[in-house]
Amino acid sequence: MIANFNIMPLIPELFLALTAMGFLIVGASQGNRSTAVLCWTSCLATAIAALLLLQVSWENQLSLNGMLVIDEFSGFFKLMILLGLATSLALSVDYLYKERIARFEYPVLVIMAGLGMMLMVSANNMLSLYMSLELQSLSLYVLAGIHRNSPKSAEAAIKYFVLGALSSGLILFGISLIYGFTGSIDFAVIRETLEQAETASPGITIGLAFLLAGLAFKISAVPFHMWTPDVYQGAPAPVTAFFAIVPKVAALGLLMRLLFYAFLPVSGEWMQIVYFLSAASMIVGAFAALAQDNIKRLMAYSSIGNMGYVLIGVVAGTTEGAGAVILYLLIYMIMTAGVFTVILCMRRQGLMAMQINDLAGLSKNSPVMAYAMAALMFSMSGIPPLAGFFGKFFIFLAGVKQGLIVLVVLGVLSSVVSAYYYLRIVKVMFFDPAADPFDRGMVLEKRLILLVSVLFVIGFILKPNLFVDSAMSAAKALLL
Amino acid sequence: MVVQALAFYLFAGILVLSALMVITVRNPVHSVLFLILAFFNAAGLFIMLGAEFVGMILVIVYVGAVAVLFLFVVMMLDIKFHDIRKGSRQYVPIGLAIGGLLLFELYTLYGTWAETLAMKANRAKPVENMSEMSNTEMLGSIMYTDYVLAFQLAGLILLVAMIGAIVLTLRARPGVRKQNIGEQVSRKSEDVLEIVKVSSGSGV
Repeated sequence: MIANFNIMPLIPELFLALTAMGFLIVGASQGNRSTAVLCWTSCLATAIAALLLLQVSWENQLSLNGMLVIDEFSGFFKLMILLGLATSLALSVDYLYKERIARFEYPVLVIMAGLGMMLMVSANNMLSLYMSLELQSLSLYVLAGIHRNSPKSAEAAIKYFVLGALSSGLILFGISLIYGFTGSIDFAVIRETLEQAETASPGITIGLAFLLAGLAFKISAVPFHMWTPDVYQGAPAPVTAFFAIVPKVAALGLLMRLLFYAFLPVSGEWMQIVYFLSAASMIVGAFAALAQDNIKRLMAYSSIGNMGYVLIGVVAGTTEGAGAVILYLLIYMIMTAGVFTVILCMRRQGLMAMQINDLAGLSKNSPVMAYAMAALMFSMSGIPPLAGFFGKFFIFLAGVKQGLIVLVVLGVLSSVVSAYYYLRIVKVMFFDPAADPFDRGMVLEKRLILLVSVLFVIGFILKPNLFVDSAMSAAKALLL
Repeated sequence: MVVQALAFYLFAGILVLSALMVITVRNPVHSVLFLILAFFNAAGLFIMLGAEFVGMILVIVYVGAVAVLFLFVVMMLDIKFHDIRKGSRQYVPIGLAIGGLLLFELYTLYGTWAETLAMKANRAKPVENMSEMSNTEMLGSIMYTDYVLAFQLAGLILLVAMIGAIVLTLRARPGVRKQNIGEQVSRKSEDVLEIVKVSSGSGV
């Protein structure tokens, strides 16, 4: 039993883990006054981790005796996760101080969650899958409740925790069934065993159904989406931004590795399940969002709908579909970061104003922000020259090529419906009588993030191949 | 064989019964005590399977630490379990339906399960011949090699759980007398003790 550790490709993860623990020591000795410093150093740490990640080999290889797999797919996802981590940390500093919840544990928990996510997209074994998933979920539960004096935040944390624990239970049950019917928890061995068996036994199907149900909780696909609006609304705004930007990317990376690698031989079994999840998410995401007044709840339903579109690419099950999913996630992540930057600026007399009507007349009070938000909203609804259109375009294209006409038509219809509520925000900003202006003074990091996000959304058309090609080549690494 | 079968049914029967009692008895202290009984019987089952290490861990960790902690919490906190249980009866049909469905599913799955050669070959074994090493050695030999990632991640998860518990519950309460160890250690006898010479017969 000579161990093949091959720990070199894990340097970024090791670095992040050590950073988080080091920050914990600094925080414990310096107290909460070190929060700002720690948040900015955490941003720096994610940047260093990204640099380290670019240095290590992205060749397809196993690490730690097959517990983890490193390839271009995992590398690309890890880069996205690190980008999301840095963005959401930068977005939170100002808010934490304004709401007086600047606790030094905040950056530590964010990094721990990020570490869990980076391991999730590399998981090559049910055990590493479950452990990394729990590491990120547990950090997220605490982050949702970090605003201790707000009953809403506590409610969000409790709901998220109880439902999250339930979904973890479902995942474990699914894993135990799959172990029982294949005899292994290693993805490669599971795949081999499934390939040898002529038909999928009912145990595999049911185990897979449980596993998918648990993961659907994590990406908030309908019918496992009930927690999303409440948690998005109750959690502190930068935490909501974090929830919207990063964990779903990681959970989808995990889902894709599971379905496109381990369970590829039984694709007939999971396609129906994912088909249903996708259709239901798109419809519920589009129609339930129509009735929302709170912008965070609106974003929750929007993310449910977007997960529906993403899952079309998963159902397609081709390299093209996988590439479209990765591209969509990248675009969605950057757009959402921009939207949440604007949401975090919605503050009157020091209090957050979270209703959509609070945006009324933003074009008069702060025109730059209004135009930026309008560009982001047009992109979200998928109006042609903007980035959001391309995300949807490639997804639908991959769907049509696989003959998923019904699903694609549903997707187009629900994106028309969802255009209504995105454009309603534009209408409120530009054509409604002006409400009181928001507090002045947008901090530098928010300006920067908003600028990058809007530039990306508008400029995507100039060099689409840059992103499309790297997404496609990452997808190729997954579907060897 | 007969003795083994008898022992199995004894452990399993008491385990199921006490698990049932955990959720049905009215007094929460009694239900924790039944939980401890359930753990003991589960440990007995593990030992019968030859997994003596897991069995002993179950007794030490679950009975020794967790269950006793539960007992303390239940006895210290004055929770009105009657209020919590109020209205829970309306969920009984749903619970029974879901439980019945799962049981049915498990039963049908049990019928279809058969160990194939491939499954037998896949099954992880720390060593080829299981009888040449003790349980503890086998666990140790794979825990720090094959499963070192899971082991370390478990440590990180526990760390996050600890941070979470502190973040969510620790409050600096004003007006509470706290022990200041530095102050206690640096305290000198000259600062606090005054020796008074009292001459006899004159009083203080």
